[in-house]
Amino acid sequence: MPTVAPLDLEGHCVAAVFLNDVPHFALADGAIHRLDNGQKTVQANDGLLAAFHDSANDRLITGGEDGKVFAVKAGGEVNELASAGKKWITSVAAGPQGAIAYASGKTAFVRFADGKTKEFTHPRSVEGLAFSPKGMRFAAARYNGATLHFPAAEGKPVELEWAGAHTGITFSPDGAFLITTMQENALHGWKLVDGKHMRMSGYPGKVKSLSWSVKGKWLASSGAPAAIVWPFQAKDGPMGKAPLELGTRGNTMVTCVACHPSQDVVAIGYEDGMVIAARFADAKEVLLRRPGKGAITSMMWDKEERRIVFGSAAGDCGVIDITA
Amino acid sequence: MSDAQTQIPVTVLTGYLGAGKTTLLNRILSENHGKRYAVIVNEFGEIGIDNDLIVESDEEIYEMNNGCVCCTVRGDLIRVVEGLMRRPGRFDAIVVETTGLADPVPVAQTFFMDDDVRTKTKLDAVVALVDAKHLPLRLKDSKEAEDQIAFADVVVLNKTDLVTPEELEKVEATIRAINPAAKIHRTQRSGVALDEVLDRGAFDLSRALENDPHFLEAHDHDHDHECGPDCDHDHHHHDGHDHHHHHASDIHDVTVKSVSLRGGEMDPKKFFPWIEKVTQMEGPNILRLKGIIALKGDEDRYVLQGVHMILEGDHQRAWKDGEKHESRLVFIGRDLDAERLRKSFEACQAA
Repeated sequence: MPTVAPLDLEGHCVAAVFLNDVPHFALADGAIHRLDNGQKTVQANDGLLAAFHDSANDRLITGGEDGKVFAVKAGGEVNELASAGKKWITSVAAGPQGAIAYASGKTAFVRFADGKTKEFTHPRSVEGLAFSPKGMRFAAARYNGATLHFPAAEGKPVELEWAGAHTGITFSPDGAFLITTMQENALHGWKLVDGKHMRMSGYPGKVKSLSWSVKGKWLASSGAPAAIVWPFQAKDGPMGKAPLELGTRGNTMVTCVACHPSQDVVAIGYEDGMVIAARFADAKEVLLRRPGKGAITSMMWDKEERRIVFGSAAGDCGVIDITA
Repeated sequence: MSDAQTQIPVTVLTGYLGAGKTTLLNRILSENHGKRYAVIVNEFGEIGIDNDLIVESDEEIYEMNNGCVCCTVRGDLIRVVEGLMRRPGRFDAIVVETTGLADPVPVAQTFFMDDDVRTKTKLDAVVALVDAKHLPLRLKDSKEAEDQIAFADVVVLNKTDLVTPEELEKVEATIRAINPAAKIHRTQRSGVALDEVLDRGAFDLSRALENDPHFLEAHDHDHDHECGPDCDHDHHHHDGHDHHHHHASDIHDVTVKSVSLRGGEMDPKKFFPWIEKVTQMEGPNILRLKGIIALKGDEDRYVLQGVHMILEGDHQRAWKDGEKHESRLVFIGRDLDAERLRKSFEACQAA
């Protein structure tokens, strides 16, 4: 039976992650709590809006209302990496070679490991940021499409157009596909080698959580009463194929998904706080946590594939041990 | 569940540069009214108050991908409201200040069309600040100034000390011609009582038409309704301002007009398909609509309001004893065929 070690915090949890195998919870007020032989807290942003887990460097990058970007490391080390004035930092991402990106209004910034910063101004607001897994390349989601930049080189960005507002963005782990979440209830995708479009629609709600399965074979998504899992094994991605629908419930919506690090299994968090795990092959489900106070906002598996850390919109966070 | 929290009211402040928005905002932020406001501005500009809850945001108008040109939302507001609402304990209400040239429609529609925003906040009222001295000029050179007035629930007619009483009458008549449903306050230095602009419930169907006796009641002298010989409604004069049938003002050629309709009890089987059709077909031309409808066989008043193609309606309260079961509907918009609306509206009356 899975067991849950609860951690009741005050406020909305933006990110729940493992740093050096220690559960960390980044809250909207900028406090970073961790369960490290008891509960400990450090302060990052004054108002935390965006967070990205930089797995290569085992740190959490945060951006916030104070216009600052911090790096949070295990053990309570918090470093300010950048400041962009009084405006909110609404999106952050981490890339190869210690580079990070952050967005404020219409400008995306890339900060390289040596501290040098480069600015990329767009005609419209930058809504989401993602680095490609290969090469020094990042993408900005924007109104009517996405823009690909090559921050280490000079030259023109590549514009990918699709009508509508694109709010979030992710590359597939092999770098072949670029997927955006949209203001409307849909995902959009581009196959980067030939610019082919992929339209993934039919969601009853906005998609806010995406997670690639091991080796990018599947893309799990929230925004429906089930986790919608699109097949990406074929060279044209999910086009012409139906997605899997896992963990369907009649009375609530999936708000967060997190794929298992090595198996075709996804952890599914719901609006009512329930968490289950579902297997792709046979849709078999295991209950991991009963409903709680708030919608699940963030989840992550640990390296040993034994624990899941989760955060909620109401602050009732915790760690699930699936082997206990 | 997290949605159990109460919806935070949002006031939208429109008006040209120099109309007095900053003065009013400073008052909202500094006066001792016991409430805390988060303010979303396009530029920090001249607000001289240091406050963590003043958020700068770039106007981002997003057309929805549904083929409807009037379905627009403000993408920046969706993001900012979502961010603010993650820490809801910090403030009691939100004020959105728009730029001078801003179109108020996408701002308002954001609060109806975006599910996340709609569950956490509710639009309270759209307040337009107008400079009494410069309004005639503004109306001549921009469509936005007219839209802002047409769309407002409350118009603060400011800087009245800079014009003569005659000019003021004229300006107010112009505002009335554009928007007969709005409440108008004459002020100097934005000196309106804050409870006249905040917490109005103008979009709250249970309150909308209740706290605004001016609406519908006092404006039978609409600008398009021509009374025939057998017209039986009251032609009472009131408020001391003149009837400007068809020629509301010589300051300005009004392109926005209002169509006020009045009838008896409606047949719900005819009325609802009709209003749906009107908002579908005429949606792009309708800026606002408000109405109180008497439905045949229904003990409750039915209230309606709309923005472009968005239509909301609900039962409000029981008709009072002796209250006349009457239906009233006002459209504010452009290129509205008043005669056709009137005829088709009247055709919905119960036999």
